[in-house]
Amino acid sequence: MGKLWADRMGRWGLIALAITTFIAVICPIFFPFDPSKVGADAASILTGPSKTHLLGSDELGRDVLRQFFTGARISLFVGIMATVISTIVGSGLGIFAGYYMGRLDGILMRITDFFLVVPALPLMIALGAIFGQNITVIIMVIGFLSWPRTARIVRSQTLSLRQRQFVPRAKSLGSSNLRIIRTHIVPHVMPLIVANTILVVAGCILSEATLSFIGLGDPDRISWGTMLHFSFVSGAIGRGAWWYFLPPGFGILFIVLGFTLVGHSFEKITNPRLGGSE
Amino acid sequence: MPFLLRRFFTLLSSIFAIVTFNFFLFHIIPGDPIRLIARTQRLNAEAIAKMRASFGLDGSILSQYFRYLSKLVHGDLGYSFSFKENVSGLVGRALGNTLLLLTASTLIVVILGIAIGVFAGSRQGKKSDTATVISSLILWSMPTFWVGMLLVFTFGVWVGGLPISGISTANAVYSNGFEYFMDISRHLILPTVTLAIVDIAFFIIITRTALIDVMTEDYMLTARGKGLGRRAIVWRHGFRNAMLPVLTASALYISALVGGAIQVEVVFSWPGMGLLMYNSVLARDYPVLEASFLLTTVAVLVANFAADLLYRVLDPRVAVSK
Repeated sequence: MGKLWADRMGRWGLIALAITTFIAVICPIFFPFDPSKVGADAASILTGPSKTHLLGSDELGRDVLRQFFTGARISLFVGIMATVISTIVGSGLGIFAGYYMGRLDGILMRITDFFLVVPALPLMIALGAIFGQNITVIIMVIGFLSWPRTARIVRSQTLSLRQRQFVPRAKSLGSSNLRIIRTHIVPHVMPLIVANTILVVAGCILSEATLSFIGLGDPDRISWGTMLHFSFVSGAIGRGAWWYFLPPGFGILFIVLGFTLVGHSFEKITNPRLGGSE
Repeated sequence: MPFLLRRFFTLLSSIFAIVTFNFFLFHIIPGDPIRLIARTQRLNAEAIAKMRASFGLDGSILSQYFRYLSKLVHGDLGYSFSFKENVSGLVGRALGNTLLLLTASTLIVVILGIAIGVFAGSRQGKKSDTATVISSLILWSMPTFWVGMLLVFTFGVWVGGLPISGISTANAVYSNGFEYFMDISRHLILPTVTLAIVDIAFFIIITRTALIDVMTEDYMLTARGKGLGRRAIVWRHGFRNAMLPVLTASALYISALVGGAIQVEVVFSWPGMGLLMYNSVLARDYPVLEASFLLTTVAVLVANFAADLLYRVLDPRVAVSK
């Protein structure tokens, strides 16, 4: 953490993450968003920023700022949950393939390569359209399609650890394979997994935004992507309602950039050889 | 050529896997597909049986699967109820439009991205390099569709001046082919720029990293020792060797490129595969969604195969070591 703060990229990333986390966790408590609280008449629709609505109103006359706060929460939540799934699947497969090598490795890496080249977005759209628009489906779809890169990275690291002296030594002392994985392999690949995970969150948040923008978001749980979807289909752009489509976009940019900066900085600290940028 | 055969076999088995997966996804999993296709509960048994037969959903799963395969091989992708025409015609036209968009933006991305990446990489650590890296990371963090929305707002509403929707002007009469070409080109500008803005970041970053890697090689020291100028070192020795890792990374990037194109097409109503997919999701038109998903995926698999072959041609070392 201290090292992250010392690195300029890491520091800006941490600040961005702290601000978004604050917005996502604290703000909705004090400014909850009620989707049913629609405007009274046509005059309250897509109005610009004012004293009653600091960030204007949407196509149903609802407050955009409150929606923005709730949206932060949903975007962050979906991104993190999908990342948890992706990291567990990816690291698990990577460690097993790299440790056991041989045929198991061959089969697992074949599958990984397949998912690595298959375009993720069309697959996510197809799955999302078939299994319905709810937040669990979205998390599962993104999580189960974002693991191949993690699996590849973790596998190659495990493979090189496997060649080191301590594996046969532990084995000759009577350790089981699972025990060696737990006590020797996992702790060594952990920094790599963490650095990769931070970058995966960024990707998952972008995926969620895209899926929701396509119209596959959970209509009851409005995320930043869902806001952009509704602003797009309601013609907010044509009516010049910038207060509706600018904030969620900047929100996504801000948080994704935050995770990307922290991820790269963490990578640089744990693996000095990669330290390209400074 | 054992490698070529092996790689071709992988391609075929991947396509076979995706076709099979596609079959199960759209025919087996979501409850009763007839309900989804008919979108009504009020059908008598006779009508259901009729529809079942016409969509190839009668008989055992295995016989359904083989019938599906044979239809696919014959180019029969079913009928779209929302567009009221054969799916194969729909996706055929859409694929061409998507390829046009992808070609235009890829040209910009590759040329500009590599040039900027080499520029930044050869000035590692300087202010101009840091600025390039930071702006690339910012571009990289923007959702593609949102960049498109910003451009629509800027050029369609705020400043104006460029078409923001479709591939050509509606009901336009062209006096010659050139006018038609110019109209399409004008419509192509914003979608292409949107796609390029986000994708260029990726190319800048990988080119820069690859060049920095190459610059530490021994032969670069030799080149400097020979008294070669900076420009010759960077471009003739550095750039050419840095291109191989860039090509490897680009192959994996093809699928992301397609993802970006889908978003851009939705924002700009560009009549390609992405817009088709989007409209079929909105209309819950499963035959169209299925076909556009399948065709896009197979196209990406084939493109990856081609990139792999190209890599062998460009880097003889790989061919020898295999």
